[in-house]
Amino acid sequence: MEVPRPLAAPLAVVPIPLIEGAVKLMFKSLLKRHPTLFERLGEHKPKRYAFRPTDLALVFLVEPARPAISVLRRAADPSTDAAVEGPLFLLLALLEGRCDADALFFSRALTVTGDMEAMLALRNALDGSDIDLPRDLGAATGPFAPLISRTAAAIRRRALAGETVAWN
Amino acid sequence: MELICPAGTPAAFREAVDAGADAVYCGFRDETNARNFPGLNFSREELQDAISYARRKGTQTFVALNTFMRAGHESLWYEAAADAVRLGADALILADFGLMAHVAETYPEQRLHVSVQASASNPDAVNFLVEAFGAKRVVLPRTLTISDIGRLARQIRCEIEVFVFGGLCVMAEGRCSLSSYATGKSPNMNGVCSPASHVRYRQDGGDLVSELGSYTINRFPREEAAGYPTLCKGRFDIADASGYAFEDPVSLDVMDQIDALREAGVSALKIEGRQRGKAYVAEVVSTLRKALDAKPEHRRPLLARLRLLSEGQRTTSGAYEKRWR
Repeated sequence: MEVPRPLAAPLAVVPIPLIEGAVKLMFKSLLKRHPTLFERLGEHKPKRYAFRPTDLALVFLVEPARPAISVLRRAADPSTDAAVEGPLFLLLALLEGRCDADALFFSRALTVTGDMEAMLALRNALDGSDIDLPRDLGAATGPFAPLISRTAAAIRRRALAGETVAWN
Repeated sequence: MELICPAGTPAAFREAVDAGADAVYCGFRDETNARNFPGLNFSREELQDAISYARRKGTQTFVALNTFMRAGHESLWYEAAADAVRLGADALILADFGLMAHVAETYPEQRLHVSVQASASNPDAVNFLVEAFGAKRVVLPRTLTISDIGRLARQIRCEIEVFVFGGLCVMAEGRCSLSSYATGKSPNMNGVCSPASHVRYRQDGGDLVSELGSYTINRFPREEAAGYPTLCKGRFDIADASGYAFEDPVSLDVMDQIDALREAGVSALKIEGRQRGKAYVAEVVSTLRKALDAKPEHRRPLLARLRLLSEGQRTTSGAYEKRWR
């Protein structure tokens, strides 16, 4: 499922610092819960990774060594070592290891370019972690955690319905 | 028959155990195992935790040390074997005869399995490994028919494990030099076939072009399912023809033959895919577990959904039914 246009379109005019501020908060919260997230990257930790959602006019640039995340307009085309491109919800599913990256690649739902060794290392690092976005991001919202987690999990279920998803 | 399942990370390991694996196979994060991919595999501490987790659930752990030792650097493999034994591996999966001899002499009580990488596929080869090193099981290459396996089973003195699902290596494993030819690295010596360091993908219009080293492996039009960039599944121009020289981008699935495999004398069914994600492991292991326990007529619908997870989104029975070109 792609991000609906009525939701995606306004992001094109929202100031980048505003979007980036929210994304940085989420990134920080994830790293707090998963401090060893990037350990499996080894020699690929200093590299720059781009996540390009095809349904948003944005690029998310991740630098594990710092660690940092930045948000840019898609047209900015930042210099990176490796990039993965696909619908936002599939990129988020990859972040959680909820979808199999190879299967998505075979189906052409994802495109990968650049340093494949670095990208493979990142894929395996993410897959080896125990990220659950509704749970992890919800936990950072204090008393609203149950509500946020439930809502986010419902959105995820709907977004990934029909994908080859498995979870015990 | 036992279901032997892959794990490249501790998370995938737990998924395999929870999904109903009888045994999970995995390896250390170095060149001692034939899936030495970046970001994959286990540290000693992770293996210790994994083995404890498996034991609590009644699942066995097999440790693959299935590359060939480099002369002068044997200690890397010896230390890996010592650690796997110390941590309580239920079996070591080995390919190198020198390492088999070392393990048989140093740890005579340790159960030893012959890796598919040893390419043991006839009675003389298998029985030699049983007699010389006390091998208890052989993992057969994916080049034999079910009749071949039946004939072999009657002449050897150890258990047989065969691949039934996942990536299809069509070569005599442990002997294949295609990856070495293109990149200088091989699964046999470095633990990597078509290493990611030499892979490039590029978009050319709507086409996806895959390259390995200085070779173009394939060009997939927009609507066509993609495959791995391995030479054995490359699409080439040969004389006046254009097509797949060895095998199509396709995965192995012989789960509809499990009764025939059982009758042939097979003890264990192996799923390929230590390089795949935990979602793949969970889905494939739980589905194959259900299929193993189901009546034959109920298996096909259960297995149909796995096709989308497979390379090229297609499956084949490979050499088991010998329909190759």
